[in-house]
Amino acid sequence: MGTPVTLVKDSVPARAARPAAAPAGRPGRRRENLAGYLFMSPWIAGFLLLTAGPMVASLYFAFTDYNLFNSPRWVGFDNFTKMFDDPRWQKSVEVTAKYVVIGTPLKLLLALGVALLLAQSRRGQAFYRAAFYAPSLIGASVSVGFVWRSLFSDGAIVDRTQTFLGFHVGGWVGNADWVLYCLVALTVWQFGAPMVIFLAGLKQVPRELYEAAEMDGAGAFRRFWNITLPTISPVLFFNVLLETIHSFQIFGSAYVVSNTYCGPADATLVYTCYLYQQGFRNAQMGFAAAMAWMLLLAVALVTAVLFWSQNKWVHYAEEAR
Amino acid sequence: MSAPDLPASPAQGMPGVPPSGTGPLAAAHRGRAGSLGWHLGALVILAVILYPVVWVMGASFKPSKDIINSLTLFPADPILSNFRGFADGIADISIWRFFQNSLFYGLGSVVGVLISCSLTSYAFARIRFAGRNLLFSLMIGTLLLPYHVLLIPQYVMFQKLGLVNTYTPLLIGKYLATEAFFVFLMVQFMRNLPRELDEAARLDGCGHLRIYWSIVLPLCRPALITSAIFTFINAWNDFMGPLIYLNEPGKYTVSLGLMMFRDSDGVAANYGGMIAMSLVALVPVLLFFLAFQRYLIDGMATSGLKG
Repeated sequence: MGTPVTLVKDSVPARAARPAAAPAGRPGRRRENLAGYLFMSPWIAGFLLLTAGPMVASLYFAFTDYNLFNSPRWVGFDNFTKMFDDPRWQKSVEVTAKYVVIGTPLKLLLALGVALLLAQSRRGQAFYRAAFYAPSLIGASVSVGFVWRSLFSDGAIVDRTQTFLGFHVGGWVGNADWVLYCLVALTVWQFGAPMVIFLAGLKQVPRELYEAAEMDGAGAFRRFWNITLPTISPVLFFNVLLETIHSFQIFGSAYVVSNTYCGPADATLVYTCYLYQQGFRNAQMGFAAAMAWMLLLAVALVTAVLFWSQNKWVHYAEEAR
Repeated sequence: MSAPDLPASPAQGMPGVPPSGTGPLAAAHRGRAGSLGWHLGALVILAVILYPVVWVMGASFKPSKDIINSLTLFPADPILSNFRGFADGIADISIWRFFQNSLFYGLGSVVGVLISCSLTSYAFARIRFAGRNLLFSLMIGTLLLPYHVLLIPQYVMFQKLGLVNTYTPLLIGKYLATEAFFVFLMVQFMRNLPRELDEAARLDGCGHLRIYWSIVLPLCRPALITSAIFTFINAWNDFMGPLIYLNEPGKYTVSLGLMMFRDSDGVAANYGGMIAMSLVALVPVLLFFLAFQRYLIDGMATSGLKG
C-alpha cells in the first residue's frame, strides 16, 4: 500500500562481468543454477501463487458473472459494456483523473521547490529534511485521516482561515465541490518522500558546472533550466512515474476522510473505492475484476507514455559509476 | 567526480529558484539577509507541515465538543477522560488488543520480509544462474503492478481455503518476497559489497549459505534495518488488507479499531476518544521515525538513484 516503490534503469546483470575466479566447470555452473533457484524459491513461489496466478484468474473473472458463492458464469464483454454505461463508474474515473492530475503535479512541484531551498545547505538542513519527511510515514494512516477530516470540518481551522480571508466555503469535507481538494491537500502534505529523492539527486549535480555558468553570466533561472533540471531529470522521471502510479491507487485516505461512503454525492468516489464497493459490498467479483483490469490498462498506458517520452527530456549521465 | 556530498560552502550552494513566495530572493543566498529568508521560509513550511501533528496532540486533551471548534492548540485545562477507552475498551474489547494485533502483524511482517527478501536479493546480487535477467525484470515489473488487480482473485483464493478472518492472507506475501521494493533495496546494497569477500570465502571452502549468512547479511545491516522499519510502519498503517480480510472485532488491527469509534451512521459518538486513540496509534510510528530517521531517509534517497 503505502510502500515507497522504486525502479531502476540498469539491471543486475550489467555488473555481472565477473573475474575469472568463478568456478568454470559444468558441475560448478549447475551447482550455481541450483543455488540460485533455491535462494529464489520463496520469491518464485510468491510470484506464481500471489502474482501471476491471480492475474490470470482476475482476467478470467473479468469475463464472468461471479458473486463468490455460485460458480463463475461466462458473460463475454458484458462487464465492460456495463461498466462503460455505468454513471458511477464514469464518476469514479473522473474523480480519480482529477485527483491524479491536480494532486501529483502540485506535490512534485512543492517537493522540488523545497528540495531546491534545502539544497542550499545551511544550518538545520538535516532537521528540516527529517521534519518534512515525517508526514510521508504517517499520511496513509487512519489516524491522519481522522485528523484531516477534523481540520477540514465546518468551523475548524481551514474554514475559519478562509472566512477570515473573505471566502465563505465552509468545511471542505461536507461540500461536494471541495472535498476532493481535501484529499489533494493530504497528498501534497506528504511531499517529503519525493523531496528526499530530489535532494539526493541535487547533491549529484557537479558544482563545476554552476561555477562555469556563473562565469558566463548565466542567471539563477538559466542555471536551473540548463544545468539543474537536465541533471536531475532521471530523478524527476522516477518521481513522476511513481507518484502518478501511486495516486491512481489511492484508497484508505479517501475511504476514511469521506467517512467510508466516498461522498458527499460520490465526490470522492475514487476508482479503488468503487472497486471495493462493487467487489466486497455488492459481491460483484466479475465486475470488480473487470474494473481492476481497466485500472491496470490505464496505469500501463501512463507508464508506457512516460517511458516513451523520456527520450525527449530525460538525460542519463554516461554511466554514473 | 566529486563525492556526492553537500556543497561545501553555503556561498556556492544551489542556484536558488525558490518555491513561489517562500524562499529568499534569487541572488540573496550569499548574504545574511538570504540566510534569514532561508530560515524564515523553512520555518513557515515547518509550521504548516507540523500543524496537524501538534493539533492532534492538543485535541486529545480537549472535551469532545471543543475539538473541532476551538482554535487554541492546547486547552487551558486539559482533560484526560478521552483516554478512558484504554481502560474501559470499546464494545467490550480492550483497545490494547488492537495494539497487540497490530504489533503481531507488524513483527510477523518484519520477520518474513527480512528472511525472504534477503534470500532472494542474495540470489539476484551474488549468484550467477540461468534466467536471472528475466526474473529480475519480472520482479521490477511487479513494483509497478497495481495491487488491486490481485485483490479479487487473492480474496477468492483465501476464501476458498478458509483463511479469511485470519492473518495468513496478510502475512503470507511477506514470507514469499512479494514486497519487491525491499528486494530491490537489498539487491542494490548487496551489489555494492566488494566481490573479493565472497571469493576469499569461497577459496576457504564456504558455500553460498555460509557466505550469505556470515558475510553478506552482517554487511547489509543498514539495508535490513531500513527494510524492517518500513515494513513495520506499512503494516501498522495498513488499512485495506485488514479491512478486507479481518471481520471479527477481536482480530482487528489499530486501523480497524479506530473505525469502530464511528456509529452506524458514521458519526463518531465519542469524538474525544477517537482523537485520543488516533494520537496513541501514531506514537509507535513517530518513535521509530525519531530513532531511525537516518536509515529511513537514506533508504528513501538511494532508492531513487541508480546503484
